[in-house]
Amino acid sequence: MKSRMLTLCCSLSLGLLVHGNAMAGTPLKIGLAAEPYPPFSTKNSSGQWSGFEVDVLNQLCREMKTQCQITEVAWDGLIPSLQSKKIDVIFNSMSITPERQKVISFSKPYYYTDSMFVGRKGSKLDPSPAGMRGKTLGVQSSTVNANYAMKRYAQSASIKYYNTQDELNADMAAGRIDAMLLDALAASDFLASKDGSALESKGLATRDPMFGPGVGAGLRKQDTALKQQFDAAIDKLIKSGNYDVIQKKYFKISILPK
Amino acid sequence: MDFSWFSEYHPQLWLAALTTVQLLLVSGSAGFVLAILVGFGRLSKQPFIAWFSLSYTNLIRGTPLLVQIYVLYYGLGSLFQDMPTLRDSILWPYLREGFWYVALALTLSVGGYLGEVLKSGLRAVPKGGLEAARALGMPRLLVIRRIWLPQTLYMLLPTLAGESVMLLKSTALASTVAVMDALGVANLIRNQTFLTYEPLLIIAGLYLLLAIAIEQLFKRLESRLPFRNAL
Repeated sequence: MKSRMLTLCCSLSLGLLVHGNAMAGTPLKIGLAAEPYPPFSTKNSSGQWSGFEVDVLNQLCREMKTQCQITEVAWDGLIPSLQSKKIDVIFNSMSITPERQKVISFSKPYYYTDSMFVGRKGSKLDPSPAGMRGKTLGVQSSTVNANYAMKRYAQSASIKYYNTQDELNADMAAGRIDAMLLDALAASDFLASKDGSALESKGLATRDPMFGPGVGAGLRKQDTALKQQFDAAIDKLIKSGNYDVIQKKYFKISILPK
Repeated sequence: MDFSWFSEYHPQLWLAALTTVQLLLVSGSAGFVLAILVGFGRLSKQPFIAWFSLSYTNLIRGTPLLVQIYVLYYGLGSLFQDMPTLRDSILWPYLREGFWYVALALTLSVGGYLGEVLKSGLRAVPKGGLEAARALGMPRLLVIRRIWLPQTLYMLLPTLAGESVMLLKSTALASTVAVMDALGVANLIRNQTFLTYEPLLIIAGLYLLLAIAIEQLFKRLESRLPFRNAL
């Protein structure tokens, strides 16, 4: 009887400890990869992190009424650090993929970048699979765009695979391909540059499960309460309009997940 | 070892192997013709032709093939960027394809390397036979066609076999300008399946088979030549 009481006491106090850790008391440790990833997370000369993701993170923490403390970890060490409890949250442009979901859980997505079709200015180009019949579509291999092109366009268009986005951009500018499919943020940067001046957007790719749901906060599978807090805070941030304010600061196009 | 991707990718693999063979045949035959011109050019008594041929071989042999391919493909590509009329012309379907740039670069390369080999071969043919032919009143071109060139090529067959295998392996550079040759498709499979060894092993085997086929072909030629009326 006595020993059973002791066990109960122990487990209760342990439970309290774990509970307390996730709440206001100790700060939540947020894992960021040590390298800059502009414009999402960059470190300025005084050692302060800034960028779109950091702004969103600060808002979310305010919403959840938790203190957040940024902890720098190597990119490939993020998931191991989360599992060994060195950090509590990964908030670093980590796309939600089925492979990662086998080991960690994710909050709902807080940003999503579309894929954009780019073609020559003034050319009549319909980027649907039927409209691309007989045309050449360029993609960078080993990206979601390559998977998408292969599955949806291999029947009608001829697809060219490039090792780097730079080579793809060069061939697009030279007119060797009729269109390319790439990350919309990278595309808007390229279109604004001198090399991309003769090109224009031909529309965004339709959202497809193949592109994944977007980028979410990585969490331990057992921290279900924390996941709910994050989900609620992300919802609130988007509804309040503060999300729009932040993203307008950094991007010309919307990266709001749908 | 995981070869489950093979069923999905094997049509592309065969097409890619065909592209490699096409590159080999196109640049091999065009390069061979160029090499004969360069070989004779190197022996020419005209100072300008001799100097030009020498400069050509020096240029081709002195720069990496990969650089030559990049200069042709990206260099010309950036020029074409400012020529919209060209883009609407009937030539554009050829000019946009990486295949023809690689084929041109390989042709120039074969012309340079093989031209130098042919020069030595042409020089090594005994003078007596050539003089006898001249003495019989054979026109110069006929001497070249009936006597000089056949003897040279017969002598050089083992070298030609080696150069052809070298050319086969050089075609793998085509994948760097987004041509779907054998290596290009292996890279694609690697990127899509995250498997490294399996696709590379398959195409290594493919190159090996092609190389053996080339060697066999030249061996057969060697055992059948010289014909009575070569060329």
